Amino acid sequence: MTAATAPALELDDLNVAYTVRGIDRPVLRGVTLSIAQGESYGLVGESGCGKSTAAFALMRYLPRNGKIQSGSIRIAGQELMSMSEDGVRNLRATQVSMVYQNPGAALNPSIHIGDQVAEVFEIAGGSGAQARERTHEILGKVQISDPARVMRRYPHQLSGGMQQRVVIAMALAKDPALLILDEPTTGLDATVEAEVLDLVALLRGEFGTSVFFISHNLAVIRRMCERVGVLYAGRLVEEGQAETVFTDPRHPYTVGLLRCIPKGGLRKDVHRLDSIPGFLPQLGADLPGCVFTDRCGLAREICREHEPEFHQLGGGHASRCHFHDEAQTLPRTTPSHTEVPKRESNGVPVVKAEHMAKTFHQEGHDVRALDDLSIEIRPGETLGLVGESGSGKTTFARLLLGLTEPDQGSIVELEGHPLAPRIAKRSSDDVRALQIVFQNPDAALNRRFSVRRIINRALTKLVGAKGEGRDTRLRELAHSVRFDVRLLGARPAQLSGGLKQRVAIARAFAGEPLVVVCDEPTSALDVSVQAAILNLLADLQRDKGVTYLFISHDLGVVRYLSDRIAVLYLGRLMEVGDAETVFSAPHHPYTEALLSAVPSVEGEERPRIRLEGEIPSAADPPSGCVFHTRCPRYLGAICEEQEPPLAEVERGHFMRCHIPVDELRRLQAEPPPPRARGSQAKTTS
Amino acid sequence: MIIFVAAQLLPGDVGRAILGPFAAQSSVDQLNEELGTNRSIVVQYGDWVGGVLQGDLGDSYAFSRPVGDLLWPALKNSAKLALLAFVIVVPIGILGGVAAALKEGRLRDRVISIGGLSATAIPEFVWAVLGIMIFGVWLGVLPTTAQAPQDAGFFTQVKYLLLPALCLVFVLFGYIARMARAGTIESLDADYTRTAYLKGLPRRTVIRRHVLRNSLLPTIAVVATQVGYLFGGLVAIELIFNYNGLGQLIYRAAQRQDFPLLLSATLVVGVVYLVATLIADVLYSLLNPRIRLASSES
Repeated sequence: MTAATAPALELDDLNVAYTVRGIDRPVLRGVTLSIAQGESYGLVGESGCGKSTAAFALMRYLPRNGKIQSGSIRIAGQELMSMSEDGVRNLRATQVSMVYQNPGAALNPSIHIGDQVAEVFEIAGGSGAQARERTHEILGKVQISDPARVMRRYPHQLSGGMQQRVVIAMALAKDPALLILDEPTTGLDATVEAEVLDLVALLRGEFGTSVFFISHNLAVIRRMCERVGVLYAGRLVEEGQAETVFTDPRHPYTVGLLRCIPKGGLRKDVHRLDSIPGFLPQLGADLPGCVFTDRCGLAREICREHEPEFHQLGGGHASRCHFHDEAQTLPRTTPSHTEVPKRESNGVPVVKAEHMAKTFHQEGHDVRALDDLSIEIRPGETLGLVGESGSGKTTFARLLLGLTEPDQGSIVELEGHPLAPRIAKRSSDDVRALQIVFQNPDAALNRRFSVRRIINRALTKLVGAKGEGRDTRLRELAHSVRFDVRLLGARPAQLSGGLKQRVAIARAFAGEPLVVVCDEPTSALDVSVQAAILNLLADLQRDKGVTYLFISHDLGVVRYLSDRIAVLYLGRLMEVGDAETVFSAPHHPYTEALLSAVPSVEGEERPRIRLEGEIPSAADPPSGCVFHTRCPRYLGAICEEQEPPLAEVERGHFMRCHIPVDELRRLQAEPPPPRARGSQAKTTS
Repeated sequence: MIIFVAAQLLPGDVGRAILGPFAAQSSVDQLNEELGTNRSIVVQYGDWVGGVLQGDLGDSYAFSRPVGDLLWPALKNSAKLALLAFVIVVPIGILGGVAAALKEGRLRDRVISIGGLSATAIPEFVWAVLGIMIFGVWLGVLPTTAQAPQDAGFFTQVKYLLLPALCLVFVLFGYIARMARAGTIESLDADYTRTAYLKGLPRRTVIRRHVLRNSLLPTIAVVATQVGYLFGGLVAIELIFNYNGLGQLIYRAAQRQDFPLLLSATLVVGVVYLVATLIADVLYSLLNPRIRLASSES
């Protein structure tokens, strides 16, 4: 086979192990796959299943304790296993490149962008001047508007989206046969993610590069890939055309994963998400039978003893399950529906915030993080708060909790009585009533304390519980968050991410709070764990009538859990209304853009609207409507001159836009406008 | 201020210290009268501060000479010693640290790390005594005092200073090597280093261009703060090698309760510390674009 016709990547029975305490623990178990030239292949699976190991193995860049035990890796027809160090380096320089998560760390902080990119051309043997010229060209290709200026910058001076463009430019500079993308958009805002994905799709067409796309996000994979492989415990358990695998999954693991995702139309007051019970097997565990047996609702005797073959189902679709034709009958671990009694509301909002504002002073600039926000939260409801990073979501939460002092004139009321601006001045009842669950339980829980001590401490501090009464409460709490009481003696480090988040939730609920602020509580978790936590939050609300302020960048999650949704942009409330109202047209143009940025796991194509440029600096917000610099429905001069009021366009549905609501409804029923006004959409920095 | 009060709390008086234990009490009183040391502490301190503000460091009680005349040669000598030690230790320390980091956990790393740590843990006067024994007495290749004869040429001076400088090198090596090692290891683990490898750069280039640039930043900051120690903290070394540097001057001044001299010498050491730290900060921000450009950012 010549290099011209060879597949971009061929893995054959690849086995990789990490040596931990002198024992080889298998991480990849006989992975076989191939990616044709120009094809894009997606690899999905939860964290710890070996996705990234696969990527690094085929760059021959494993940690020191990792080794490829057997198998073969061929990139563009060249066998890597028998290659010399120089050969591998040459291959990296010419044939294969990689983009991974967190572009900020992937770029060298003390070298100019231009020099870092030019380096790739220099390795290929270009002169300095040539390299710079080509750098300029490639940065233009990744749609960086002013390459010359960006070349003179350092990585920290660019936004996350720009940094990832630079990394992609570096990866494509060598015109590789294979491009590996390892979670390239994880951690980026949905709007930025959409842009980066668009860019990758566009450049793939232009360069004809094969793509190996690794992600835990099924919707992203569905959007980006033609074929997909599902990895579990280092084993490829299902493979096929993306379309087929997502609509007709034939492995119980794939079926389970797909059921975990909060899809449009699922609501917390009717539905419960399914989750996958149990945990990934220990790294390098001995698995004689099917790798998924322990967590599979369909497992039988044969599954424990005999590893299933990779059953070919036609059309390139294959499943490593003895009972692949029954996979979709996988029993649910949670009932799919739930009864929620209608709640009587006496009309008094549990939280009422009026004219909330916060100005930070930074190096002589006034940064308006939050600007005149007035909103009510009704008892027992979930208010979802969405917006890009920097929109003021977290600031608002911190003001409510009294962690940050708001500007003069801000008013927060709890059940009709005003709250002191700082938590130190609040009564213990008020502190107890407002609690928070943070994004990262690792940072929120004291590592040196046992779970028992963490929760007990909350019980003592918040409700003054002691002795036997406290023990009883502790057990009740653990039970209500489905935390095994036998694990109470463990320290946070010994628990999985999902269990840690349960502890954090138990802590927040220790004092029977009225309102719990959930700040991205599931964004660090795998989908199956996320589903379990979302179910838990929904159940707790049903049973205890607690109110949530739910902050998330994941619109699917927000939609599932929220009764009402507030959309923030640059510290201003752009739209608020019932969840379904906000999610269905007419929406504010900003909401419309946010929704359109999110890929869907069902594969339905929403009309594409892309926000260009970056969120403007809050230190110097645009005149008039703050969104006018990026608005896809820009009306005219009025948008730049007058700030539109927050008007009630339908019952209980407020919007801050100059365009009349009927006009919006008509516009949003049509195909999206072309990406005009590009020149105006650039930020002025 | 603290030094002044601390010195006052010491027993004994200045006149007695200068004239010796057998002098008549009347002479002692007379001397104290002349020097002004029978006045109250506050007045003496005020006097000195007033002088310093006018650029006059006052007169030494014990040597009956202006403090400046004693101070500047001492400072010059100290600077020579510090410079020599510095020129030797910084390259070796950094080299050692980087060499250890590149073989983290292996034999080479162990030897350098443990060796460096042990060398640092042993006080400088022990090294001094050992050095004198081996090079000065047994081998006889180096002089046992540091003070070169008058009008000695550059190389002779270096020869005389080599032994004390080596003692300082021993003390500082472990410290600098450890910083360089930690910085390099951190930088080797960083994502950008991985990016550089995956670009297909050879290992040498990756380390030179991508790793070292970031890893030596913290080291440079630490090294610069050591300048202060090299100038002012060398009392033991200077005594053992009988070298007329700041350390010895401070020691003598303290012994004789010679306040103007003591205070001025400590002031100079303090200023050197301050300048060294300032240089360290400036250097750090010059080399680190994140700090350098932070203000021009917005």
